[in-house]
Amino acid sequence: MEQKIREILADLRPEFDFTEDVDFIEEGYLDSFDIVQLVAMLEKEYEVKIKGIDIVPENFSSVAAMAELLKKSGAK
Amino acid sequence: MQLAYRNKRITGVLTVIPKNCKTFDEEMKNYQADKKRSRRLKLVMGYDRHHFVEPGVCASDLAVFGVETLLHEGKLRKEEIDAIVTVTQSPDYFMPTTGAVIHGRLGLDSHVYCVDISQGCTGYLTGLMEAFSLLDQPQTRKVLLINVDVLSHKVSKEDRNSYPLIGDAASVTVVERTEEETRIDGEIRMDGSRHDALMIPAGGFRQPSTPETAVLHEDSEGNRRSLDNLVMKGADVFNFVQTEMPPLLASLFARLGVKKEEIDWFLFHQPNKFMVEKLAQAIDVPLEKMPSNIVTYFGNASGVTIPTNICYNVGEKLLGHTYKVCLAGFGVGLTWGAMVLELGQLDFCEMVEF
Repeated sequence: MEQKIREILADLRPEFDFTEDVDFIEEGYLDSFDIVQLVAMLEKEYEVKIKGIDIVPENFSSVAAMAELLKKSGAK
Repeated sequence: MQLAYRNKRITGVLTVIPKNCKTFDEEMKNYQADKKRSRRLKLVMGYDRHHFVEPGVCASDLAVFGVETLLHEGKLRKEEIDAIVTVTQSPDYFMPTTGAVIHGRLGLDSHVYCVDISQGCTGYLTGLMEAFSLLDQPQTRKVLLINVDVLSHKVSKEDRNSYPLIGDAASVTVVERTEEETRIDGEIRMDGSRHDALMIPAGGFRQPSTPETAVLHEDSEGNRRSLDNLVMKGADVFNFVQTEMPPLLASLFARLGVKKEEIDWFLFHQPNKFMVEKLAQAIDVPLEKMPSNIVTYFGNASGVTIPTNICYNVGEKLLGHTYKVCLAGFGVGLTWGAMVLELGQLDFCEMVEF
């Protein structure tokens, strides 16, 4: 799952290296609009619906956080 | 605050949309983002086009056009109007009220009371609250609720956060007393500690407009705006809506003993398609019952989105049928609220171009 998430992130923001161990939000790799687009891309890829209350920056700060969010949203 | 009104009804809704229109594709060059990202944003947020007035056109211009349209078409008679409630956050002047300007331009009798309310995204609900209250006066039988905003004048064209979604519009809603046993119930809440989530920082008495407040600055997301422009903390507003609206709606439905399946239409304020669809998901309502297309085709005109939603998505069906509807607004303040009412058998429900 984490590899696929990195591929999606690379497609969204190819100018950044998402294998780096940094906070994607604090470092400016992802802004609020990227998060909205990312939600749509992840929902399509994993056929899940991410709850609105879970769409907060901390759930998109790392690949691990996104994987956790997807599992919580029912992704296999 | 819990709300309950009896023997009142909406008898007509007219929405006025400016002809002037631009598409998101035309304006994409204004934003600091590559085309691929902007196109994805367009799809997710539902940005396609928005309608806004030409420079120099003010709130009273749209409002007077709307009322005069009804007068000319015989859908309203001037002598029937007992009061006008005008809800706007983009008044013609600081003083007098826009309602006074409208009163004068329409040549209304001095017995016609006009009052303004400064409210944004919940402005349709607060306007209805005031109109229903005025109808409790013994001589008052018909109140016009005018919702109007021309906030495009205050949004930076280089602000991807706000400009693609902003729209201008006006609506005229006729509200009357009735002998029928109608009931309209609602609930409205406010959290002023978050008043800076949506604001125009300069131009009031706290921070008057100066040449310095007109200077554009770039934020961390590449949006350029000045202190004279509208600023929205988009992520905070999104989180507020997803967190606060579901419990308010649950509280209202529980108090009324209404199951959400009994409601035919959920006609909500529409900041953008993504936010509305996530709210529909949170309250488990099918999208067919909760349209999310107003920003796509018209833009978000603050308190006018609910009447635009009524006219565009239900429209003529409301002439011959009655539906149980839930109206909801959320935004500036921060304020959020909802009403449940029977809406139908209207005298008119239509849109006109300005």
